[in-house]
Amino acid sequence: MELNSFLLMRHELSLLAVILILLIAEIFISPGRKKHIVSIAIVLFGLHSISGFFPLADSELFGGMFRSNELIHFFKNVLNLGVLILLLQSADWIKEKMTDKERGTEFFILLFASLFGMYFMISAGDFLMFYIGLELSTLPIAALAAFEVMKRKSSEAGIKLILSAAMASGVSLFGISMLYATAGSIYFDEILLNISASHLTLLGFLLFFAGLAFKISLVPFHFWTADVYEGAPISIASYLSVISKGAAVFILMILLFTVLKPLMHIWENLIYVLALATMFTGNLFALRQENMKRFLAFSSIAQAGFILLGLITGTQLGTATVVYFVTIYISSNLAAFGVVQAISSQTGRENMKDYEGLYRTNPKLSLVMMLALFSLAGIPPVAGFFGKFFLFTAAASQGYYLLVFLAVVNVTISLYYYLLVIRAMFLRRGDDPIPFFKNKVYMRIGIVLTVIGILVLGLYSPLYDYIYELSGILK
Amino acid sequence: MNLSYILLIPFVPLAVFLVLGIFNQKIKPAVSGVIGVAGLGISTLLSYYTAFQYFFVSGKADGIYQTFVDKIVWLHLTDSLQIDMGYLIDPISVMMLVVVSTVSLMVNLYSRGYMKGDDGYTRFFAYLSLFSFSMFGLVLSTNLFQIYIFWELVGVSSFLLIGYYYTKSSAIAAAKKAFIVTRFADFGFLIGIFVMGYYTGTFDFQELTDPEGAVILNWASTSFMGLSVITWALLLIFMGGAGKSAMFPLHIWLPDAMEGPTPVSALIHAATMVVAGVYLVARLFPMYYLVEEGFALEIVAYVGAFSSLFAAIIAITQTDIKRVLAFSTMSQLGYMMMALGVSGFDGHEGLGFMASMFHLFTHAMFKALLFLGAGSVIHAVHSNYLKDMGALRKYMPVTNITFLIAALAIAGVPPLAGFWSKDEILVAVYEHNQFLYLIGVLVAGLTAFYMFRIYFGIFWGKETKYEHTPHESPKSMSIPLIILALLTIVVGFIPFSELVTADKMAFEAHLNIPLAVIAVSVGLVGICLAWLFYKKENDLSDRFAHAFGVFYKWTSQKFYFDEIYLFMARKVFYKNVAAPIAFFDKKFVDGTMEGIGNKTVLISQKIKGMQSGKVQDYAFGFIAGVVIIAFVFIYIWTN
Repeated sequence: MELNSFLLMRHELSLLAVILILLIAEIFISPGRKKHIVSIAIVLFGLHSISGFFPLADSELFGGMFRSNELIHFFKNVLNLGVLILLLQSADWIKEKMTDKERGTEFFILLFASLFGMYFMISAGDFLMFYIGLELSTLPIAALAAFEVMKRKSSEAGIKLILSAAMASGVSLFGISMLYATAGSIYFDEILLNISASHLTLLGFLLFFAGLAFKISLVPFHFWTADVYEGAPISIASYLSVISKGAAVFILMILLFTVLKPLMHIWENLIYVLALATMFTGNLFALRQENMKRFLAFSSIAQAGFILLGLITGTQLGTATVVYFVTIYISSNLAAFGVVQAISSQTGRENMKDYEGLYRTNPKLSLVMMLALFSLAGIPPVAGFFGKFFLFTAAASQGYYLLVFLAVVNVTISLYYYLLVIRAMFLRRGDDPIPFFKNKVYMRIGIVLTVIGILVLGLYSPLYDYIYELSGILK
Repeated sequence: MNLSYILLIPFVPLAVFLVLGIFNQKIKPAVSGVIGVAGLGISTLLSYYTAFQYFFVSGKADGIYQTFVDKIVWLHLTDSLQIDMGYLIDPISVMMLVVVSTVSLMVNLYSRGYMKGDDGYTRFFAYLSLFSFSMFGLVLSTNLFQIYIFWELVGVSSFLLIGYYYTKSSAIAAAKKAFIVTRFADFGFLIGIFVMGYYTGTFDFQELTDPEGAVILNWASTSFMGLSVITWALLLIFMGGAGKSAMFPLHIWLPDAMEGPTPVSALIHAATMVVAGVYLVARLFPMYYLVEEGFALEIVAYVGAFSSLFAAIIAITQTDIKRVLAFSTMSQLGYMMMALGVSGFDGHEGLGFMASMFHLFTHAMFKALLFLGAGSVIHAVHSNYLKDMGALRKYMPVTNITFLIAALAIAGVPPLAGFWSKDEILVAVYEHNQFLYLIGVLVAGLTAFYMFRIYFGIFWGKETKYEHTPHESPKSMSIPLIILALLTIVVGFIPFSELVTADKMAFEAHLNIPLAVIAVSVGLVGICLAWLFYKKENDLSDRFAHAFGVFYKWTSQKFYFDEIYLFMARKVFYKNVAAPIAFFDKKFVDGTMEGIGNKTVLISQKIKGMQSGKVQDYAFGFIAGVVIIAFVFIYIWTN
């Protein structure tokens, strides 16, 4: 193998380099100056993200275990941008941790390790690589969920995540072994040739599916979500709901639309049912949440239900709309989490009641929050509307009118609870509103980037055209 | 015809919104008012110029008004379905430009006086400009997707405007109700758009409404439950229109929305947003008329007629003058829908279409005037209720005269604007459906009655004891009233049948003397009855109310409609769906240890801090889910 072909793994290699540099820096930087690591990490990751935008060939490595094409490359870039924004938003919080406890480098190392796993997961060409990627993307996050070791809820979140995730991946692995047993291979291309709808294959597929459904928090595999989001540091909740979910949706889509396409007559029904269950459960639970993190947890469960509307189609339009929606969802949800993060790190308050009267004291933050929630609720002209509209169009194009109808009912329900937050911020005078504060520069950049995303991604049509074109690859 | 300047009409208000929104704190209130008015002034001048150019100079070719479209392909949704953005100029969009800009400008002028001293004055003007931008965008849209975007944007800005008095809890509730009810209606619209897009392969208005185009010719190609798919799509789209235009049973938000500032009601609930539904039907009119022999159109007619009567009856009983006006608006919108619903397409057959547009135009002027007049009264006496008013003619001469002109216009008294448009509607309805005509005449009588009931109640009758002596409103408020009053007098003479018609060709419309006499005399009877009942203080109205007992009570409670909705939402939905789920959430998902045996509590205390019981529950849920799904999809649901 030539050295040149290794460059297909450019994303992975450069991220690995970042991780190593941070490891070394951790050793050599004196304790008093630890907090500079935050800036170093952000700058390095920024460079890594920029380098990602250079074009990359379509090819395979390791006999087909690792592959990359333009769509995968594009999606890695989306993940990079998401993580970059997330880093910017958590910079102040982690800096504080570093000054207090003189530790925190592991935050970046673990986070990047998880992203590293995701790269492999979405680039996988066989189930082995996929599984390794899946595990690598989950385990570091469980450690990070318990990052604030002194907080009971945080440790609890870590334990819950690791236990649930272990079980999910166990089930998934069991499923994969059955698929191997029936198809005689773990390579996607070969499975595609040999797959048949025997009972064992179906069982294998369903077990495997449960593992990914766990990561996307589809009902009934979502139980861990609210507790973990509530307990984990906000950055990690945000990472789980945005980056981790996005990557899992992406690989699920690739698998369903290529390897598992012969089973479409099964999985389209499965997704139909899960889409309804997920939307309704997410929305109905979100209706009565008091804690903003739990609220966003359930809202993100509901959003996952909407994504399934694009997955059900199995068409190029479906692929395009899912990728487009996820891209937009990442920016909207990061904006919402960013505001929660900003408020929480300044004042430690996380309940919806605390947001009453926010507009009078912090008008800019509440405007950002409003945009984010409008985008999540799908109100034009912000990006979320276009994402949802196109997803629904994709489902409608395959004749799923009833499903679309019920999805639109859910959009209306979700509008109701998003308006609850908006009402609290704009229309109520709280007894004890959050006092005015100024965000630090990283946080400001992080939030501004998401706002640009919300305002521009929807209206900037070449993006959709580009994604649609890339989506032809999956055909 | 060079039309590139058209884009300025929506974008100037947008720029105003951005400027006022961004520099909110730094702009002096007086300056922000001037900026708002100036922005709208530019749009208004451009709109008038466009109207003049289009109707009288270069809009016509071979006697037919041309449609001018300028658009770009915004994106390709699939290889075959594209979405455009652009503007479309044809008779109805030009007419709407004039309506929206005129009323917006008047409301902006008026608000400078009305909102004086209010904190958030700048914010108010910013919202007004945002609203105008959305409304212009809606009117100029070239396709269903684009109109939907602006449609929702109109909803958002009206949410902001209605909820403007955020310290009033009723205003907040009303804003939310308006937003959610219209949003509920919009999902019909949205699904209609999907269906339309997928069965016709286009969103474009020109392609959809071309009478010789493929879409209309092939309407019968696919059917669903006995009706053409296109008919279904049109009905769903009408659902969206019915939500915005407050048609029964989606009207419940309109009366409550009166909690917003009165100029907002004049803008949104009289002349602009609420007519969006009528405009939408008119925009797609050739489809409504030609697809499935006008089945969908017939439904529009009956929904319109029923809403019209229903609202007129309720309006009689309301004691809040703004609510009377709200129901009156609903009733008049029903009139417009009814006229559209009975209309034909070619030449004189299309009288209903033209009458509907004509009425939309005249109604915008006099209803805005009524609302602004009511605002002026409310400004003077600080109450919305009829019982706090009386004999105000002495104190507020300008408001009195202008309000009287508007009331006479809506009652259909010649030669004011309402007479002409209402007469055309009644003629059109008479020629196509005599049952609906009877409803129309009845509504005309009721309209005259309830309108003069409040007129006499406000300006005549017994003088109430006022805390402060009421006084005429400042010039900034009375000048818009006078302008609108003048418009109300003259706009009836515009020869609409030569300008705005279904087939875009002029036709001759004559005054139908016998029908006009009937309509006017019914209106006069209504006025006389109101005079008898309410001009002088007497107990006639109470005795009457007493005699009608139950019926009066029912109507004054708006037929208990809100209660039924609340019952469904609170009792049925909340109790049987939301509450059990909330319960489930609290008990099982949150997994608190309460209520589980003592032993469990003991164990959980021993291992407290881990609460491993919860994760076991989750694991159980996970495995149970897998097993059930596997069972269902392997053995039961295997197509």
